[in-house]
Order: sequence, then structure tokens, then C-alpha cells
Amino acid sequence: MTDYKPTIGIEVHSQLKTATKLFCGCPVSFGVDANTNVCSVCLGLPGVLPSLNKKAVELAIKAGLALNCEIHTKSIFARKNYFYPDLPKGYQITQYRFPIATSGEILVEGKKIRIKRVHLEEESAKSMHEKDCSLIDYNRSGVPLIEIVTEPDIDSPEMAVAYLKKLQKILQSTGISGAVMAKGEFRCEPNISVSKEKGKLGTRTEVKNLNSFRAVKNSLTSEIKRQIGILEKGGIVEQATIHYSEKTEKTRVARLKEEASDYRYFPEPDLPPLLIDENRIREIEKGLEELPEEKTERYIELGLLGEDAITISNSKKTSKLFEETLKILNEPAEISKWLVRDYRSLNEPDISAEHLAEMIEMVLKGKISRNAGAEVLAEMVKTKKTPEQIVRQRNLSQISDSSALEQVVREVFEENPEELARLKAGENKLIGFFVGEVMKKTSGKADPKEVSRIVSEYEKKY
Amino acid sequence: MKTIIEYQKLFKKGEPTPSDLLSSCLKKINPSLNAYITVTEELARKGLEKDIKGKLNGIPVAIKDNINIKGVPTTCASNVLKGFIPPFSATVIERIEKNGGVFIGKTNLDEFGMGSSTERSFYGPTRNPYDRAKVPGGSSGGSAVAVASGSAVISLGSDTGGSVRQPASYCGLVGLKPTYGRVSRYGLVAFASSLDQIGIIGRNAEDVGIMLEVIAGYDPKDSTSSKKELEDYGNLNKISKNIKIGLPEEYFEQIDDEVYSSVMEIKKALEKEGISFKSVSLPTTDYIIPTYQVISYAEASSNLARYDGVRYGLRRNGENFHDTIRKSRDEGFLPEVKRRILVGTFVLSSEAIAEYYERADLIRRLITQEFNEVFKEVDYLMTPATPTPAFPIGDRTDDPIRMHLSDRMTAGVNLAGIPAVVAPAGMIGKLPIGYQIIGKPFEEKGILSVVRLVEKIAPFKGFLKEVHDD
Repeated sequence: MTDYKPTIGIEVHSQLKTATKLFCGCPVSFGVDANTNVCSVCLGLPGVLPSLNKKAVELAIKAGLALNCEIHTKSIFARKNYFYPDLPKGYQITQYRFPIATSGEILVEGKKIRIKRVHLEEESAKSMHEKDCSLIDYNRSGVPLIEIVTEPDIDSPEMAVAYLKKLQKILQSTGISGAVMAKGEFRCEPNISVSKEKGKLGTRTEVKNLNSFRAVKNSLTSEIKRQIGILEKGGIVEQATIHYSEKTEKTRVARLKEEASDYRYFPEPDLPPLLIDENRIREIEKGLEELPEEKTERYIELGLLGEDAITISNSKKTSKLFEETLKILNEPAEISKWLVRDYRSLNEPDISAEHLAEMIEMVLKGKISRNAGAEVLAEMVKTKKTPEQIVRQRNLSQISDSSALEQVVREVFEENPEELARLKAGENKLIGFFVGEVMKKTSGKADPKEVSRIVSEYEKKY
Repeated sequence: MKTIIEYQKLFKKGEPTPSDLLSSCLKKINPSLNAYITVTEELARKGLEKDIKGKLNGIPVAIKDNINIKGVPTTCASNVLKGFIPPFSATVIERIEKNGGVFIGKTNLDEFGMGSSTERSFYGPTRNPYDRAKVPGGSSGGSAVAVASGSAVISLGSDTGGSVRQPASYCGLVGLKPTYGRVSRYGLVAFASSLDQIGIIGRNAEDVGIMLEVIAGYDPKDSTSSKKELEDYGNLNKISKNIKIGLPEEYFEQIDDEVYSSVMEIKKALEKEGISFKSVSLPTTDYIIPTYQVISYAEASSNLARYDGVRYGLRRNGENFHDTIRKSRDEGFLPEVKRRILVGTFVLSSEAIAEYYERADLIRRLITQEFNEVFKEVDYLMTPATPTPAFPIGDRTDDPIRMHLSDRMTAGVNLAGIPAVVAPAGMIGKLPIGYQIIGKPFEEKGILSVVRLVEKIAPFKGFLKEVHDD
């Protein structure tokens, strides 16, 4: 069983946070009376034409950028043709061959998940099946959606959920989508296959009807079992749409691929190609930057002191340096201290995150003292030399060799017999005095902690 | 019958009043010609009461029944739209209303515009007023007959492959298909969206130009409409005699001799005015009909998918959703529309799309390119409007290939998105025949000016009197 590796890709449909629908001026809203937010266009009456909602386009671009995609300055709408009562035109306006964004990626728990494409499309209406009839609510018809498709880079149900949670957070924090699953604003359709051979993919199935992250995890776990069960018995997994039942927590085949429709995609003749100005993309990119308050909140979560978090987030330069340094050295609190106390008093000079991280790491490892660290920082600004070069040239390496330090402590005791006597009499605050004297003697190269330890031990022997 | 400008002058004197004109038009509606599906006398009277002073003040206009007028049934001559009353008017309708035009009725057509004879209507065939055994052309046959028989001063049709120009030719009228995007399509029931354009059928170039001034222009509701500036299309008397007109060889093949000599008469008359002609070649002409068929059927198969009986129109309940849709569509559509939907569905299917739809799209680009090239050599093109005059009713209904023959002259213009106008070239026996002037994109004023010049100089000036005049 265990040598089967699952391969998962996920399609997410997320509702864009616009005031109006994708191709008409009807309001987008949740929980109003059925068929009240409708017009000739979203009902697909004879003679209507779509006019594209600019805000939806901007949000789709934003989504592409937030997922590190390439945004295409020309994309094309297409018709996906199929008959269904909740599809008033008999086709859905979507994007097919030329989507608005492609080739992105996001990091999920340290693993890179590639985003294949992001495209714009319209929502269908909602059917409700009563005892003796079916009713359709067209309020949802024409609501703007983006579809986000990953490459098959996900290798476990847990990773699938982690990806979805991260994606949901991105869409929510950037204001692209409410992405509330319970409202149907964030719907996922994973596809999954299992295979024993590395680099060879099995036949995949598509899981539908998932309304919670729990359902995603359970359905995938169940589907992996189902597929392995078939293969173990020498059977063949057939390409199919799978339905998951929350009740039984099991998956079952709903429709085989052979029964799938031919959607007869072709370019939507009612909409010219969507052309996007390069400058507009850059503007939207700027708008994607986190607000200082959002940064502060995130920094506090990382363990920074409230005041430090505010100080750092309020400066673009300092916060950028903080983020970059953090990528190299995972010590948020330490980095923050250095930035707030030392870096900012130097008037935020240009320094490299690599050098800053290197210096802080030297201090943390006891290679140089904190004071020496400050000196290195100042020198880095002036000379652009690496911390390592500076430490070598200025001989700043910390003396932590206890025998060498013992020698210096002995000298200091001999030079200050009066103070030594008071220390011995129990006046412990004099430890600080001796440590200071040792530091003076060693021009700050001694490790104060080590010096303090030696002073405490040696006073007893004298 | 007089021109729009003449009526405007007469209305000032009160002889006749707009109401008199409307009454006389209503009287001329001849049920045996079957030009109208719905007569909207009440709407027209109400329109007159508003007394709007505009370019079309008091002018009775007939509208093809695939263009929505709020509150009036739109049938598209199909049973599938039974009982459908649009809650909104087409942009062109709003613009005509603002200019004081009144609507006398909705005219007959081939179902959803799919035909060249106005025989394939759920409401029966329309007849040619010159010879009632003949077709009036189509699909805007009702709009052509309304004007030719004097029940409307001017009318709107739609032209996907020649549906305004071919009936204008068969009924001795001026029919304009504007550049794609010049006139908003909002409210026109789609047949083939990338080819459809609302067109105008009138008695002369000036009337057609005035109507174009009213209906043309950008519309935010139609993303394919153009923002290109408008011209005074009704002002057609200035024309440079330095223009050069091309005669594409391929358009003079496969046509009746009489059609050929009629067009040559026009050429001679223009040459006398100092206009020069040049023979040119458009080798892709033979590909026009198949390309047009593939693209228009493909788009139609998608555009007509909405008629499923769920929200409006004819509904025949079945055992489930799909059965209901199947039954409603089966009873709703006539055979020709079904044939086109089936072929259109096929050419878009994953097995056929590369061979058919995509290839047709490529050839469409070649056809367009060829027109662009030839317009580097000449200002306009002149061709016959149709290979023959009007054909007998029933003659081609079983033969889709022959029914499409006249598209060879007209559909290339739709594929290329350029403007063209058809106007009378003379009579062949009892039947009128037309010539066509094709122009570069947005050259509506230019092509109408050529027609205006022909109207002034042609030897057969006034030949339409017997049918048109009181």
C-alpha cells in the first residue's frame, strides 16, 4: 500500500469581490430574494450583449500577481457550450486558450506549488429541486469568478488543504475574494491519481461537491484508498468524476469520462480581445503591497514587540530589509532588535540583508560581542565590506577562551583589592564592576557572560 | 412616395400631416404580400403624439422582426419564440425614437435570419411585389417589401451574409450593410455575432444616409461597436471624380448575362462622368460561401442554444430537463435552422474544429487581407448584387447549396467586416436587379455618394415609379 504516491492538482473557483456582475450592472449579493438581482443580460434574453466589468478584470490581474503569475496583456474570452437550465444562454463565457494569467507559483509549507493558470468566467444560476418541480434562481447568474488551476504538485491530502488555506488567505487579505466556503465563494475541485513508479502518473479522477476543508482531506484520503484498492486487485482506474458524501465520508464514481460533454469552445464573438495596459498592471502591483497596519499585525505574530513591529512596518526600507533578512536567518526578534536600536539610528543606510544576517548570526553564536556587532554594522555601512572581513581586519573576534579570560580576571582582582574584599563580603553588585574592567582590558572583545561567570567563581578562590 | 427630406418639408405645410402619411402607409399594407408579422399601429400613433422634432420626424419605419422593440413581440419568424415580448428596446430603436421616427410594424424574415428568400418563416413566405410568384429575397424580405410596396418610408434589416442587400436587389431598393461595429447590435437577436450588422433598406441613397446618421455610433452596451467618428451620411452630393473603381473579375463569373449588362450600363454612365475603372482580382472569392457557412453556422449553433423553453418562448414538457429542452427545440425550429445548428455543432466539435471552424477562420483572414490589398489600388469595388434576379417561390427551398448562391456576391463583405451598398441597376423583364459598391472600413459616406451620383445620371432614372408611387 505505502509505495503508492498520490499526485494531486486543484482547480479553485473563487467569487470576485465586485459590486456588480461580470457582464451587466446587476448587484452581486448574498441572501436576497430569488430572482431580484436580474436583468435582460444575465437572463440571456434574445438580443442582449455582454459588457465587461472592469473591476473584475482588475481583481483577476491582482490575483494573477498575488500568485506570482505572468499577466497577459492580451487574453481572449471563449464560449463553453452545454445545455443546462441554470445556464441561460446555453453557453458560459469563460477563457480557454488565452487566459489572463499563467505560470505562477506559491510556497506552501516550504514546498513550491506551481499555478498553471488564472482565468475569468461567469457564474451559472442556481437550481433548486423541489418535490414536483425545479426552480431556478438567477441572482447568481453572471457573478464574476476566477478559476485558479495548479500543476499536479501536491502530494498528500494534508498538503492539498494547506495549499487551499494559503490560497484562501491570499485572496482574502488582498480583497480579491471573500472566499467564504460556506457561501460558495471558494469552491475546490481536486484531481488525483496514484502511481508506484516515480515520474509516471496514474489515471486521474476529479472530486466534486466539496464544501469544507475537512471534506477535501477526507475525500482525497478516501479516493487514494479507493484507487489503490482497484490497482492492488489488478484493476484499472478509469477517468471519472467522483462525488464525495459527507455522510459516509466515502467517494464514488459519478460519471465516467466517456460520458463527458464536448464543450465546443470557440472565441466569444461578442467581446473583443481583452487588452491590458502594461502600466495598469504595474499600478495594480503597487496596490498589492501590504498596508503598514497589516504588516505590524503580522510582525507581532512573528514575536516582535508591539512598538518595534510598528517602527519597522512604518518604514518601507526597514521592513523590506527585515523581510529579506528573515528569509536568511529565522530570528525575527533578534533582527528586529538590531534594526530598531542600531540600524535606524544610522539613518537607514543601504546594506545587504545577507551581511546583516551574517553579523547577527556571529553575535548569536558568540563569535563577536554585541558591541563588536554594532561596530561591524557601522563599518559595513561605511566600507561595504563583509562582516567577516571587518571582524578579521579589526581583530574583533570575541575572547571566549576561559583560560585567557581567567588570566585577565586575576589581573583585575589584583589591581582592585578593595573592591574584591567588598565582593567577597557579599556585595554582589560589584560583579558588574569587575566585568566592566575586564571588558576595558580586552577592548570589548571578551564575552561578558563568560566574564561574569569567571568572576563569580574566582572570587571564592581568592 | 417621397423622400424623407421631402416629407419633412411637406409636414411643415401640413400636406400631408405625419398622421395622414401613417394612415396612407397603413392602407398599403397588403396581407397577400405577407411583409409584416406584427403591425404596430397603436405604437406608431403614440409615437406621433410625442411630436418629437428630429431627423426622422413623423417617418413610418418598418423593423425586421429580429430587432427588439420594448413591449412588442419579437418572433424572429420562429415558433420557438412564441409569446416572447422583450422588456427592452434595441439601441437603434431608441435612437430612431429620439429622432421622431415611428414604428409601423415588425417585418417577416427567414427564421432567425437564416435564408435568402423569406420563405422559411413560421409565418409563411413573403412575396415580391414586382411578381408575386417570386421571392423578395431574404432574410430581410419583409423589410424590403414594406418599403417597395409603400407601407414604410424606410426600414431596418440585418445583414449577416447579404440579408439586407440581396432583398434590396430583388425589390429595386437601396440596401446598406455598414462596417462591422458602425451600428450597435444591442437588441438585435444574434444569428452569427461576428458577421451580423443592422442594415438599412430605403428608396434612395439619401434616405439611407439620413437613417445611418440616426442609428450609427458607439454604444457601451455593444463592446464590438466602434468609437470612430461619424459623418454626415445624408449629405452625398459632393463626390470627387478622381476616384477609381475596381471590377473584381471573380464577381462577374457565374452570373446571368442580363445582370452583367445591367452593371455595365452603370459603369458606362459613371465613366461618362470621368470616373475610371480598373479590373482587379480577388482569388479567394470561391471560398466565400463555404467559409461563410462554417463560421455563421458555428456561431448560430451557440447563439440559438438559449432557446430551451426554460425561461420564455415555446415549452414542451418532457421527462427531464434534457427531454424538455429537446422537445421544445424540436417543435420550435424549422428544418433549415435545425440543419444549420447541427452542422454548426459539428464544425465546433473537438473532432472537427481544426478541419472546419479553425480553417474557416484562417481563410476569413485571407479574404479580409485580399480586400485590404485591392483597396490599395482602387477606392471602391463595383460588383453585381446577385447572380440572377428574384427566383420563383419554392424553387430552392430543398436545395441549400443553390439557396446560398447569391451569398457569393455579398458574404465576403461580412467576413471582412467592410461596408457595402446595393442599389438598382435596372430591370430584367418585370424584375429589378441591383449592383453593389463595396468600400473600405467606415467608408459609408463614400459608397453612398457613388450611389447618389448614379441616381442622378442613370438612364433608367425613375424606373421604380410603377410600384412605388401613389
